[in-house]
Amino acid sequence: MASDNVMHISDSEFDSKVIGNPLPCLVDFWAPWCGPCKAIGPVIDELAAEFDGKVVIVKMNVDDNPATPGKFGIRAIPTLILFKGGEVVDQITGAVGKSQLQDLINKAI
Amino acid sequence: MQQAQYQLIIVGGGPAGLTAGLYAARGRLKVLLIEKGATGGQVLVTDWVDNYPGFVDGVTGFDLMDKMTAHADRFGLEKKYATISSLDLKDNVKTVTLENGEVLSAETIILCTGAKPRKLDIPGEFEFSGRGVSYCATCDGPFYRNQEIAVVGGGNTAIQDALHLTKFASKVTVIHRRGELRATKILQEKAFCNEKIDFLWNTQVKKIIGSKSGVEELLLRHYNDDESTLKVTGIFILIGIVPNNEILPLDQLETDETGFIVTDQEMATTLPGVYAAGDLRSKRSRQIINAAGEGAVAELSAEHYLGNQAPDQPLNCSE
Repeated sequence: MASDNVMHISDSEFDSKVIGNPLPCLVDFWAPWCGPCKAIGPVIDELAAEFDGKVVIVKMNVDDNPATPGKFGIRAIPTLILFKGGEVVDQITGAVGKSQLQDLINKAI
Repeated sequence: MQQAQYQLIIVGGGPAGLTAGLYAARGRLKVLLIEKGATGGQVLVTDWVDNYPGFVDGVTGFDLMDKMTAHADRFGLEKKYATISSLDLKDNVKTVTLENGEVLSAETIILCTGAKPRKLDIPGEFEFSGRGVSYCATCDGPFYRNQEIAVVGGGNTAIQDALHLTKFASKVTVIHRRGELRATKILQEKAFCNEKIDFLWNTQVKKIIGSKSGVEELLLRHYNDDESTLKVTGIFILIGIVPNNEILPLDQLETDETGFIVTDQEMATTLPGVYAAGDLRSKRSRQIINAAGEGAVAELSAEHYLGNQAPDQPLNCSE
């Protein structure tokens, strides 16, 4: 299943897995109580398969990991932030379509 | 005449579209449902649905739409996740052009693109979107634990969401431009009895003020033209909806003055073979069950238009 390509990370892993990652990273900040987050789950899985080897797709549960979303001022989910070389390239808030997410990812490759 | 690829294309996968899809797939039509995001529509952001018949104990919006999607899937509804750039609906064969350039065609179309939250269109609203400005209490409420926030609006969504937000926030101020609520009585009772909810009547938000970290306060104007500020970290704007009609050929369709599509009671638009259902329709009641019911009516009207022709597929006796 495509979801094997999606890495679930915690606050303590954020620096090593995202900031220090040589590949661009798309981080999906989500929570189990958020319907739109669950709704875009399958799209995130598809993107992870599609961009396998080019972009790392990462999910972070904001309930279990409050520090990282706090650091990036996240007050709405789903929020997807694209990182490259440890810097924020761009971000999207809300359940958007697959093509918008593809456009976002393409900004880093 | 050019042959259409599908007998029916359904545009949008909320309750109206999924119900139309369920009926069409079960009716063995050659049908395609096109959805730009995820199926479920606005119900996905509804925390709790208490009045959908059959769900005796209530159901979360997500679970209800998950079930509607699964129900349509059970009959093998073909779905495509794509963004539409334009539609041409006036000829016998109607065409749907996707953003990637692909063109699809059908003999009939049901438009179920729904609606989205109306914006206040005030300074700071766009700037602080996602950083204190929200249109979805169920998505963003938990970010405001023990904080003071505001809800703008006086209808069912505003009051239900204000109640939901009291689970997290220390205080919720409902700001309403009128002197009374439009929300249903049971919600009003709950809101008036909730000690975390305050009301500011006959008041409008003129500006959202904040800093790099997000929203900090609101500039308010009261009925007597006095201005004041209210310190909040979040503002939930729940003042109704506007139709998702950007991709529709509005020169080909009749709309009301606010852009919703006008239909007859069989869900037929002014164009033959083109139907509309759900929140996109010009009407008064916008409930999940209305949308689902209209989806069913629209599909049956489309079948009627197609002349109840023999199904394309051979009969399948194995089921």
